[in-house]
Amino acid sequence: MTAPTAGRFGPYGGRYVPETLMAALEELDRVHQAALGDPAFWAELDALLKDYVGRPTPVTETVRLAAQVGPGVIVALKREDLNHTGAHKINNTLGQALLARRMGKRRIIAETGAGQHGVATATVCARFGLECVVYMGEEDMRRQRLNVYRMELMGARVVPVTSGTRTLKDATNEALRDWVTNVTTTHYIIGSVVGPDPFPRIVRDFQAVIGREARAQALERWGRLPTTVVACVGGGSNAMGIFSAFLDDRDVALVGVEAAGEGLGSGRHAASLGRGRPGVFHGSLSYLLQDADGQVQPAHSVSAGLDYPGVGPEHAFLKDSGRVLYEAVTDRQALDAFATLSRLEGILPALESAHAVAWVLARCGEWHAGDIVLVNLSGRGDKDVAMVAELTGAAL
Amino acid sequence: MSEHPIAARWRALRGGAGGRRAALIPYVTAGFPTPRVSLDALRAVVAAGADFVEVGVPFSDPLADGPTIQRSTQAALDQGMTVAGVLEQIHQAALPVPVVVMTYVNPVLAFGLERFLREAAAAGASGLLLTDFPAGADPALEATVAASPLALIRLIAPTTTGDRLARAARGASGFLYLISRLGVTGARDQVPADLAELVGRVRAASPLPVAVGFGIGTPAQARATAALADGVVVGSAIVEALGAGGTGAAERLVRELAAAVRDA
Repeated sequence: MTAPTAGRFGPYGGRYVPETLMAALEELDRVHQAALGDPAFWAELDALLKDYVGRPTPVTETVRLAAQVGPGVIVALKREDLNHTGAHKINNTLGQALLARRMGKRRIIAETGAGQHGVATATVCARFGLECVVYMGEEDMRRQRLNVYRMELMGARVVPVTSGTRTLKDATNEALRDWVTNVTTTHYIIGSVVGPDPFPRIVRDFQAVIGREARAQALERWGRLPTTVVACVGGGSNAMGIFSAFLDDRDVALVGVEAAGEGLGSGRHAASLGRGRPGVFHGSLSYLLQDADGQVQPAHSVSAGLDYPGVGPEHAFLKDSGRVLYEAVTDRQALDAFATLSRLEGILPALESAHAVAWVLARCGEWHAGDIVLVNLSGRGDKDVAMVAELTGAAL
Repeated sequence: MSEHPIAARWRALRGGAGGRRAALIPYVTAGFPTPRVSLDALRAVVAAGADFVEVGVPFSDPLADGPTIQRSTQAALDQGMTVAGVLEQIHQAALPVPVVVMTYVNPVLAFGLERFLREAAAAGASGLLLTDFPAGADPALEATVAASPLALIRLIAPTTTGDRLARAARGASGFLYLISRLGVTGARDQVPADLAELVGRVRAASPLPVAVGFGIGTPAQARATAALADGVVVGSAIVEALGAGGTGAAERLVRELAAAVRDA
């Protein structure tokens, strides 16, 4: 056995990339480490998070939803949907834009699935005057036309990706190809806790603000920590963000909810942790949906942001260690939860976040009075309205 | 211990009649345009003058490859090509020159690393080149390959730092593969102006032969590269020729490239 290498979570993670990118990853690691220890970096980032993004985001106690879940159960939402641009993604893109500036890189590339990370990247590029190119699968561009236009309004160029499954996985391939070609001038703002080291650590560190706030808000509001913290997992950035503050609180149950798509038995799902096995994909070793020959299998989810056959390597480690329980809910359950939260609380969740809500709803009656269930509401659902209407047969 | 087939081949190239000459190293995607044609193509490129052959094992997410090789590997997968199928092709082709298997890490891991190394060697392969496996990425995997009969071919990029170059050179065998420019695989118009300097850097770090690839597609480019390096790798242009004109077209191109390399 060899000793664990830096940038690994147990056996997972690593830097499985073309040699061309190694110097850039080493530079990024150095700049990230230096920034973490630099009060001036945090002062600037915190000010932007407050004045530009609108942090801290509130924790909202549900009323009618909680009543449905069980008597005396507190169901609360960490409102990342209220961030500027409508999701947690901007926590990371702001941080990485500051890192890019420190490296003197003026051109930014990104991949996007649902479009939320693309929008958050286009936003910070507009704010800092950086060139922005976003790779997006042609299929996702069709599903999320409004987000494409939002990115273009902010000056980004959205490049349709027509290879492979035309979704997030192929957009990530294409962004990596761009980076291999333009690595000396370009920073790749990866949108989740995936990819080669140091990206999973960087994205977690910038999303950790969610957990830090939520933990303090719980102590202030209830005088104790939540019983259970629930978040959806595609690549897993919002989940790592909120989980990171609670990992050492052994009494807090942590639940990651993957997309079961049309059902785990259907073969059409995105449950990398639930149904995949370890493999190397997009630069790191983690759980992966793949066939017996190591070919990556297309994922499926009604939610474009969860439609990814890989998952962050730290989640792989947390699954094996048993610290986090990973579950899955179907497209149908997520759509029902989308409708339920909208009707009962006046909050339209992103379809991604609706998976976390659906997991809580699936356990109605199993909760105990006094339980505090904290759901990370990672994004708002405005982007999904047209899609939901199409799926439910409503005419717009 | 007998000499490794790759080292023996370089020695023959250095000591042949007419003095040292550079090697031509064509790349063929196993299973493209069809499994039957790619088996013929392996034999044809050797008949046309290849000194080594790189055989590509298709992977669903070839993030270091440009459109030509992406399309070829996808077509191969669509026709059911597998890791075992590629090894069977190498075995059947029974080539008189060393074969280097080129792929990504995941198909090899899924097949089983030790099983892959054993079966690839038994099929007649002499080297392994993993595009997404830089020096230091996975010391355990590296040690397992080093203990096998397959040479571990290392890629060196224009962005490779001095520290990394030294590290890659230490763990490499067979030859070093210098990526001539930033970017993915695929033919380009020109040989980069700084290629002589890049080759010089690699030579200063290692006594291993240096082969240059990425972006070389024409006889003129092959000739210019052969004047600087020990080997010239041509991939996308051959794959393109195979796709458009079948084995005959690929064989004609390799013949021209081989003449150009010998002429340098």
